Amino acid sequence: MVPLQATITILVALGALAVALTSDLVRLVIVSSAYTLLLVVLFVVLQAPDVALSMLVVGTIGYPLVLFVAIRRDRADD
Amino acid sequence: MTRRVRLALFGVAACGLAALLLWSITGLPKFGDYHGAYGKILNKRAPQERQTSNVVAAVVFDYRGFDTMGEELILFAAVMGVAMLLREPREEEAPVPEDPVRSDALRAFGVSFAGATLVLGLWIVAHGYVTPGGGFQGGVVLASALLLLWAAGSYRAYRGASPKALLDLAEGAGAGGYVVIGLIALAADGVFLQNLIGGGTAGQLLSGGSIPLLNWATAIEVAAAFLLLFGEFLEEYIVPLHGRRNT
Repeated sequence: MVPLQATITILVALGALAVALTSDLVRLVIVSSAYTLLLVVLFVVLQAPDVALSMLVVGTIGYPLVLFVAIRRDRADD
Repeated sequence: MTRRVRLALFGVAACGLAALLLWSITGLPKFGDYHGAYGKILNKRAPQERQTSNVVAAVVFDYRGFDTMGEELILFAAVMGVAMLLREPREEEAPVPEDPVRSDALRAFGVSFAGATLVLGLWIVAHGYVTPGGGFQGGVVLASALLLLWAAGSYRAYRGASPKALLDLAEGAGAGGYVVIGLIALAADGVFLQNLIGGGTAGQLLSGGSIPLLNWATAIEVAAAFLLLFGEFLEEYIVPLHGRRNT
């Protein structure tokens, strides 16, 4: 169990770094969505499937959608 | 400050933070080593007391059912706020905008996944108090299944599958239904949200008393709330993109 936890924790850390280093907004949404997917795996590894299920939909689908719409509107107003 | 000084400062700070984090990680209790008294009592007693194999569901819909009602009403109010803000500048009677996806591969892939996701969502709701999952999780999966209709089909398909009038009704019925179940318990037993229909066998669909009812009320409310939210945002997205066309 411990190697698995260590692997996914490191992957989450790398994902967070990728999110912080992305500057293009649209790309940022995609990267943060992938980062959320890593978090979902982390929750499953830590045996919290209930949290993982909500995170899966809210983080990888709902939140990016709202961000995409906001970016689109912002660019349309320029 | 020059770039070099700032980098040096960051280096020192990052090393210090890393050292502190490593120190704290070595001091963490072992995996599965849990000392919460309340959680232990629940794990021991909930399966017999409430006939549920998912103790999380027993907590969410029974022991702490009142908290869940508050959360549901928060979601209800938040989505109503979004709808009020976004719907107001648009004309209600305007035709539904069009934005069909042209790629056959994407359509075939998305539509088949929409069906599978819908079944998965229903399964997660139905077994919410037996296996991990529940009304909230299943509700958002259901909403995302219909969202796939937009991603791989068109906004018209999404709107067709989730008419606003139906969503408004479902959201209200879900949130209101939860409160009504609580009130029935109050009238019958003198305790708000008291578990009413006892019995059933833990691990089976017919178990948990009124937990399944609250579970389904939550699922309906959450699915409708997310579909309303997605719908409002999608319309914001599509209208400036394609404009409204009469069809």
